[in-house]
Amino acid sequence: MHPKRTDKIATGIIYAVVATVVAILVFLIGYILYNGVPDITWHFLTSQAQSFSAGGGIRDQLFNSLYLLLLTLIISFPIAMGAGIYLAEYAKDNWITDIIRTSIEVLSSLPSVVVGLFGYLLLVNQLNMGFSILSGAIALTFFNLPLLTRNIEESLNSVPNLQKEAGISLGLSDWKTITKIIVPEGLPGILTGVILSSGRVFGEAAALIYTAGQSAPSVSYTNWNIFNANSFLNPMRPAETLAVHIWKVNTEAVTPDAHAISSGSSAVLIIVILIFNLGARFIGNHIYKKMTAAK
Amino acid sequence: MDEIQRKLQQNSKATREDHLGRTICYICIGLIIALVTCILYFIASKGIATFTKDHVNVWQFLTTSNWEPTTMDSKGRPIVGALPMIVTSFSVTLLAALVATPFAIGVAIFMTEISAKRGAKLLQPVIELLVGIPSVVYGFIGLSLIVPFIRHIFGGTGFGILSGTLVLFVMVLPTITTLTVDSLKAVPMHYRQASLALGATRWQTIYKVILRSATPGILTAIIFGMARAFGEALAVQMVIGNALLMPKNLVSPASTLTSKLTTDIGNTVMGTLPNDALWSLALILLLMSLFFNMLVRFIGKRGNIKNAS
Repeated sequence: MHPKRTDKIATGIIYAVVATVVAILVFLIGYILYNGVPDITWHFLTSQAQSFSAGGGIRDQLFNSLYLLLLTLIISFPIAMGAGIYLAEYAKDNWITDIIRTSIEVLSSLPSVVVGLFGYLLLVNQLNMGFSILSGAIALTFFNLPLLTRNIEESLNSVPNLQKEAGISLGLSDWKTITKIIVPEGLPGILTGVILSSGRVFGEAAALIYTAGQSAPSVSYTNWNIFNANSFLNPMRPAETLAVHIWKVNTEAVTPDAHAISSGSSAVLIIVILIFNLGARFIGNHIYKKMTAAK
Repeated sequence: MDEIQRKLQQNSKATREDHLGRTICYICIGLIIALVTCILYFIASKGIATFTKDHVNVWQFLTTSNWEPTTMDSKGRPIVGALPMIVTSFSVTLLAALVATPFAIGVAIFMTEISAKRGAKLLQPVIELLVGIPSVVYGFIGLSLIVPFIRHIFGGTGFGILSGTLVLFVMVLPTITTLTVDSLKAVPMHYRQASLALGATRWQTIYKVILRSATPGILTAIIFGMARAFGEALAVQMVIGNALLMPKNLVSPASTLTSKLTTDIGNTVMGTLPNDALWSLALILLLMSLFFNMLVRFIGKRGNIKNAS
């Protein structure tokens, strides 16, 4: 065949492939929103889940997801920050760094169900923490750490070396240079990474089934005593998240309106993740513009 | 005099801060290393117990297809054969990668070679959103769309390897695409210029020059995609049917390593054989994940040598 015609045909095929992929995404999002949004009512968002009768809501699950996300970030961000700074600023190019990088890679490629099972073994059983929000948050930290660390390292590495040299030549200590010059400069990238990883954590379920548990005991939202078992803030209570809830109502099939609940919950999940995604873009760009002179 | 001497010999505040900061960073990285070691150690020691404590034959575990951990065979050894799950796991993984790769390469070529501008504006968000959709949502869509669809066409229950493949295809697509884009971008510009200057068409350049020199990168991308497919639990669990049978065809209910783990680990008692056997499945998952990692490193090294010489 004539090369020019082959070129045309190949280009056409590539266009078709791209169109298919875009269509798949549009269809997925459209399907979820079209089916799910009508199910999202005020009642759905603010009432308790029902196990055996129709009409249950997702109030507790939604709150648990957000609370778990918050705790996970509180635990994982400082560690990832330290590790990211180490890799970007202190790590020498030798075999120790090589081992460290390899272990982070290994951790990030572990299936989330294995991470969840490890959490179950270590936190729930060995450390006797039971199915609890705290176990869940730590398991999610395991899952979140490698990605966040790598993201922070990349953001810090993208800061031009000149900035560091300038700081040091002005007589600042290494630590001051890092905390006052490099980290602020890398902040837009770091924030974007944190928000994107929040989306991932928010939708994660496999690591949570056996750490945060699959039940959502009723809690009181007026009880602010964090140590009270009844309080919504108590980190030692079992907590089913939204993603786990979708999985559970679909696999256990005892709830009569499982389909409506899962389409509604899926739509809520997707909307939250869309917000995270758009937010990451917006905040990243906004801060970048504000902090640098770039347009 | 002593006062001044002391002041001069003492570390300044900045130096102390420096040490403190450095120590904190070292502790953080140390934590991560300890965590990885811990995971490897715990899962391995739990997973090996089936073979050391309960005296199950490793070979038998990997090659027989009966899973009845509560019953004993004639030699008094429990019957645990994980072959059906291993076969199913590998089938969905390979099939998903097989289906996803052409799409991923097509999208990647579009994003780097054909229309970089629209690629960045339109397709980058598409890929990011596909990554962002949680796996349970994929599972739910699979359950409410793909499974009935397959039931309609092929009969049977609709659960099975084919449904699993279709769900995983969408899930690994963004992984493979992103990494392929990276490897295509890494092909030096002068390769393209040289090829076009010789009168090659765009497709000839893409096919004969760019894809060839990006092959190690594309292979890496596919392996990462396979690693994701192999370890995916809930989405697959929701559409695979969870029947502990050797898969006869693509539409018969089956069960993967991950789906077996998620459904059963809560129903068994810690330390008993049915539980240990499940941990052995987790160990297989862990080893496969390490294997995929090593494969990536291996390809990376060979690719580098090729580029250097």
